[in-house]
Amino acid sequence: MASNKHYDKYKSNGGVGGNVLEWIDARFPLTSTIKSHLTDYYAPKNFNFWYFFGSLALLVLVLQIVTGIFLVMNYKPDANLNESGIPIAFASVEYIMRDVTGGWLIRYLHSTGASAFFVVVYLHMFRGLLYGSYRQPRELLWVFGTLIFLCLMAEAFMGYLLPWGQMSFWGAQVIINLFGAIPLIGPDLSTLIRGDFVVGDATLNRFFSLHVIAVPLILIGLVAAHLVALHEVGSNNPDGIEIKANLDENGNPRDGIPFHPYYTVKDIVGVVAFLFVFSIVVFFAPEGGGYFLEYNNFYQADPLKTPLHIAPVWYFTPFYSVLRAIVWPILGIDAKFWGVVGMGASVVIIAFLPWLDRSPVRSIRYRGPIFKAALTIFVVAFFILGYLGTQPPSYVGEKVSQVCSLIYFGFFLLMPWYSKIDKYTIPPERVTD
Amino acid sequence: MKMKSFFAALIMVPALAFASGAEVHLDKAPNLQGNNAALQNGARLFVNYCQSCHGASFIRYEKLMELGLSEQQIKDNLMFTSDKIGDTMKIAMRPDEAKKWFGATPPDLTLIARARASEAGSGADWLYTYLRSFYKDDARPTGWNNVVFANVGMPNVLWQLQGIQTLETVKEENGTEHHKLVLSEPGQLTPEQFDKQVADLVGFIVWMGEPGAANRKAIGVGVLIFLAVLFVSAYALKKNYWKDIH
Amino acid sequence: MSNEQKVDPSRRRLLVTTAAIGGVGAVAALVPFVSSMLPSARARAAGAPVEADISKLEPGQMMVVEWRGKPVWILNRTPEMLGTLPKLNEAVADPNSEKPQQPEYCKNEHRSIKDNIWIAIGICTHLGCSPSSKFSEGASQGMPGDWMGGFLCPCHGSTFDLAGRVFKDKPAPTNLEIPPHAYLSDTRLVIGESKGA
Repeated sequence: MASNKHYDKYKSNGGVGGNVLEWIDARFPLTSTIKSHLTDYYAPKNFNFWYFFGSLALLVLVLQIVTGIFLVMNYKPDANLNESGIPIAFASVEYIMRDVTGGWLIRYLHSTGASAFFVVVYLHMFRGLLYGSYRQPRELLWVFGTLIFLCLMAEAFMGYLLPWGQMSFWGAQVIINLFGAIPLIGPDLSTLIRGDFVVGDATLNRFFSLHVIAVPLILIGLVAAHLVALHEVGSNNPDGIEIKANLDENGNPRDGIPFHPYYTVKDIVGVVAFLFVFSIVVFFAPEGGGYFLEYNNFYQADPLKTPLHIAPVWYFTPFYSVLRAIVWPILGIDAKFWGVVGMGASVVIIAFLPWLDRSPVRSIRYRGPIFKAALTIFVVAFFILGYLGTQPPSYVGEKVSQVCSLIYFGFFLLMPWYSKIDKYTIPPERVTD
Repeated sequence: MKMKSFFAALIMVPALAFASGAEVHLDKAPNLQGNNAALQNGARLFVNYCQSCHGASFIRYEKLMELGLSEQQIKDNLMFTSDKIGDTMKIAMRPDEAKKWFGATPPDLTLIARARASEAGSGADWLYTYLRSFYKDDARPTGWNNVVFANVGMPNVLWQLQGIQTLETVKEENGTEHHKLVLSEPGQLTPEQFDKQVADLVGFIVWMGEPGAANRKAIGVGVLIFLAVLFVSAYALKKNYWKDIH
Repeated sequence: MSNEQKVDPSRRRLLVTTAAIGGVGAVAALVPFVSSMLPSARARAAGAPVEADISKLEPGQMMVVEWRGKPVWILNRTPEMLGTLPKLNEAVADPNSEKPQQPEYCKNEHRSIKDNIWIAIGICTHLGCSPSSKFSEGASQGMPGDWMGGFLCPCHGSTFDLAGRVFKDKPAPTNLEIPPHAYLSDTRLVIGESKGA
């Protein structure tokens, strides 16, 4: 009898579709999952432009996975030379571009998708800065997000080795050697990562494995955790006020609307607009002016010849600039080590934002002039760091990047102080349009 | 240092000025994509002058049919290293042998136009300038040097067409020195004719870099039109739903 | 979902339109992905016709050439071998080659252009194993006593005669496939294209 009770809960009012749904719901929480994450998930009704980038990041993730699956069908992670003297990995990319029907499109979607991922994620993170989306109770949501960003960097870095061009090779050479700066274990660690004494076939194969299996699995897991955390605490909004504080008679937020259909139809508009811009790059400028596909990467990897100017892909350059800005030995340990520490810290420090921000309000709309100025200067410094990272080292560039690195860290480390003394206005009770 | 380019007025060769060997001004290569006659001529030049040392190992001979050539024309006029139309444009030489003969393996040229792009100009500009900038230099083992690519290992394979250039030093009134190329011995072609041939050759090399480029752009136009239509519809749908939200 | 009945017609129209356009786009987006799984230009180039020199192929001998990655048999049949074919008309499933397993010019009693030279793709029509040749008559090669020479597929036991015709009551549904081929000269064959193609 007890089991009948279980089934009774899911009784439908007849009809084939209803019966199938009833059968499934008695065994799997289909309807209730859809309800809790879409139709009964209440999102603030005042989302603006900045709130498109979360769903777009998910879109690009799917795009990268799908295009990646099809690329792997024809890509060969092999650094050995073919009979024409060209590395097999490099040749297999051109094989995809030329011999595989539609392969060029899949490859350009994937290579452009990598850059698009970072564009979207950077904008998504900036949204968090603007509206204080990391503030209590969304600390863990923000930490998951930072981990996703870290994973994404690892994923992009390892993926960049696979075409086995000059920039792939020398970029990996430089970044792996960064680990060599760690005292005591550094050199052995670099060798362990490479699996050889130089970047070679072993490195290419393990990066391939990590790029297509390990990191994507972690990434998907983290994205799931990010979404679960989001739906647990609910979305923030441009006013930075808690919509759950004001419920209607049914217990739903008065300032909330069901995610589906309202935000599904809205996000579709965002997706189409994004795809429009994305397609302009894919079809008309897939090299992105040398930023998305670097010119030197059209040369096959040559372990005997470093290109005259090597720069990481654009999305790494701000952090790369921090690395280059640190040129002095500290505590008797040479600058190389501190450069690595600085670069690592510049990424990791983002995760600590929830505990650095002491402002009584979340959103920039109600914050005072100090935070607005600090954020503006921070963004400018971030762009300058990014630009300098693409340029060859120079004296002026070094000095400027040192100033900008100070600003970068100052924005975070001084935040407990300036966010507290800053003026603010009291946010309204209800969200504004 | 300030970079300056000027044309040698006496002989109509666009000469290259460069400052202490650092940066070189690149001449703009004409865009010949879509001009099949020029690209076919470029293919002929490539097969005759380049392919003895350089391969284009990502291009299948049959791909040349996209330039308006027939299978028979390709087989009769362009295929010296292979007898199958589906084969790639490899060189007969093995890479390790080439390394023995030249000291370095002559690079595969399929992607060279994409690889040579830089902030100074497109890959086409670089190739167009480079191929016209060889000069006689007895200090080099090949007897040739190049303004764009100092101490290049490659000889001037086009010298019979171009003639022989030498590098002259010009002293300006203010004391600064410039180098410029002077055609000291004319070749089979006039400088204008020669430039035209080099432009065709470069056009072909650019085409090889991505033979599907024209197709890609054509598809892109269709995709953008489609997305624009979808946008209008999706936006109207969103508006309709959101009219309830106040 | 409770206000389903209040759905206004313009909303329904927009939903259908957007879904239809989006659906068309989704299907179009599938095209490059699905077509990337078709044989590539390299595979097609490898599938180009191959030539074979049969000047040294003695009567009774068989040679194998590779075309599209498949074994292609070239068998020079002796008059005795040819003599077995009419005797087997009753025993084989498709004696007159009615099923289109050969080009028109090979739809004859020898299943070949020249009587003696027989060309076939050496892949069993059942599930794709390559049959082995059992040319000796009788039981010497482990075949039944009335065996007149032919082929035996090791996987599921289908048997074929010396023109590749499948015997009755065997798993293979059709005769062995004869590829398009033509003679460039008396001793040079091209496999993969017919004359004038």
